[in-house]
Amino acid sequence: MANAPREIIIAKNLGFQYVGARRAAIQGIDLSIREDEFILLTGPSGCGKTSLCRCLNGLIPNFYQGEWTGELLVDGLSVTTQLTSELSRRVGYVFQNPENQLFALTVEKDIAFGPENLGLSREEIRQRVDEAMNVTGTLPLRDLAPYELSGGQQQRVALAGVLAMKPSVIVLDEPTSFLDPRTAEEVMRATDDLRRELGLTIVVVEHRLDLVARYAERIVVMDAGKIVADGDLEETLDEKFDLLAGLGVGIPRVSLLWAALRRDGLVSGKVPTRVEDAASSLGGMMSQ
Amino acid sequence: MITLEKVSFTYRSGQRALQDIDLNLEGGDFIAIMGENGAGKTTLAKHLNGLLKPSQGRVLVDGDDTRKVSVARLSRKVGLVFQNPDHLLFSETVKDEVAFGLKNFGFAPEVVHNQVIRTLEALGLSEYAETSPFLLSGGERKRVALAAILATEPDYLILDEPTIGQDYQQKERLRNFILQLYSQGKAVVMITHDVEFVAESNPKVILLSQGRIVAQGPADSVLSKDELVKKASLVRPQMSRLFGELTKYGLPSDVVDVHRARILLEEKLSEAKVRVAQNS
Ligand SMILES: Nc1ncnc2c1ncn2[C@@H]1O[C@H](COP(=O)(O)OP(=O)(O)OP(=O)(O)O)[C@@H](O)[C@H]1O
Ligand SMILES: Nc1ncnc2c1ncn2[C@@H]1O[C@H](COP(=O)(O)OP(=O)(O)OP(=O)(O)O)[C@@H](O)[C@H]1O
Ligand SMILES: [Mg+2]
Ligand SMILES: [Mg+2]
Repeated sequence: MANAPREIIIAKNLGFQYVGARRAAIQGIDLSIREDEFILLTGPSGCGKTSLCRCLNGLIPNFYQGEWTGELLVDGLSVTTQLTSELSRRVGYVFQNPENQLFALTVEKDIAFGPENLGLSREEIRQRVDEAMNVTGTLPLRDLAPYELSGGQQQRVALAGVLAMKPSVIVLDEPTSFLDPRTAEEVMRATDDLRRELGLTIVVVEHRLDLVARYAERIVVMDAGKIVADGDLEETLDEKFDLLAGLGVGIPRVSLLWAALRRDGLVSGKVPTRVEDAASSLGGMMSQ
Repeated sequence: MITLEKVSFTYRSGQRALQDIDLNLEGGDFIAIMGENGAGKTTLAKHLNGLLKPSQGRVLVDGDDTRKVSVARLSRKVGLVFQNPDHLLFSETVKDEVAFGLKNFGFAPEVVHNQVIRTLEALGLSEYAETSPFLLSGGERKRVALAAILATEPDYLILDEPTIGQDYQQKERLRNFILQLYSQGKAVVMITHDVEFVAESNPKVILLSQGRIVAQGPADSVLSKDELVKKASLVRPQMSRLFGELTKYGLPSDVVDVHRARILLEEKLSEAKVRVAQNS
């Protein structure tokens, strides 16, 4: 009998306050994430998304000082007692600012750096690097230095470096902020493909829901350091629409439109997140 | 006025980044420059304040060739907010960071003070006035970088990806701020991948692809043209894709923002409702 997907991340009453900060960046976080879930983490600027991500790969509390409360298990390891090297092998982290992640002399060396440190065979390294460059469209950039890259090109390289590690959890902190819209879509699709192929767990921080609504089944919304909504993406958007809108969550434009028309009494039913769903419902009504 | 005349630029590595760019920018203009990663947008932005000088052609800022005046002098007129916010920050507190440019330009202390307070307020940063910029979240840091330039009220504002890391409410604040500036006669150029933000702000759009200008025009007309949008590696705004599916019901195809979409649909759906009521 196949095992049910296990919980790969379990947070219990997790909190963290940076040294010198006036209030906790995150507090009272209860969260469990199953293997192979695709989760969208969102909420207003400054609500604690990046801080929560830093906990997931042990940057907090190992590199940031402050006051930690509660418990966090990642892939069975306790973040507070585990070596970060062990954690970073399991949790890949694409930083919010790609430039802070690149340091090798060329793009190719940068992407190979992680796999080389895993002690893999040369062929295996070669194959992973090529695959990662393919997926992210960085092949033509392989011999360039990071400083010669445009913002979006840097972001693609940062992403490729993490993909080449094949970790069990990938945390992507606004991974598309520097990408052109078409590439942003491709990268999200590729990330989702990898999840399906390898059974990865994906956590994406993103302000623009339209980019990930297609892939993420689950949304976690934070405000002022706490989780204020957690559930199926489409249901949450429909049932907690006003809460999300009030927080400034980047709700897809078709959903905003639908909610407005629903308030006018002109449409009814669940708020759609995809253009094609809205188009077919509206078309149906107008052809009556 | 800033004028680019046949500007081409090649990096020392041999990478060509701009080719034959002609562009005029004057007070009251509001322009969005869009295009694929590596199209040359940031390179173009750096030409507007003299950080980079053209390999061929020339850039004139109020008549001065950028090759002949210092970047320091140009920076009083042309404010550039970098794509990457970490490139700007060096002060100990947010307040000092925002005050830096103003002090440098020789404004009186009380002017500096008032302007700092006002700008922090407008960008939702007041509570961080005494905090170190390094201890802020990504979105907050980007807003500090914006505040530092916006506070100096330059005649020409060049914003490289201003909406990065911003939630919907922050984007609205930013949009209002920008609107205020160009209606006061400033020129605002924003470089952005954020098609929804552009669709709602309705600037003139310039599409840059592989170093060349490939199209320009009002946001609603440029962003609703599939071939153009594809060429620059963009996607059409959601409303444009929706209305593209609804033209058979007599709706226009160049709708890009929710506001207009709502007005048009309210009318259509009310008509349909009346029809249904009459038929039953
Ligand atoms: N190194 C740090 N030291 C002290 N305070 C910090 C530090 N990093 C972040 N903070 C503060 O903690 C809070 C949460 O920040 P965090 O970076 O987690 O937010 P975020 O949700 O990722 O925001 P954004 O969407 O703008 O990236 C903010 O108030 C921020 O100012
Ligand atoms: N310092 C540099 N040295 C050499 N080449 C560079 C340098 N900076 C940028 N380039 C190259 O010039 C081209 C244009 O880069 P630019 O940064 O202007 O693009 P962009 O349109 O701003 O892209 P993005 O949307 O990714 O920020 C790219 O091919 C890039 O690789
Ligand atoms: Mg963040
Ligand atoms: Mg750029």
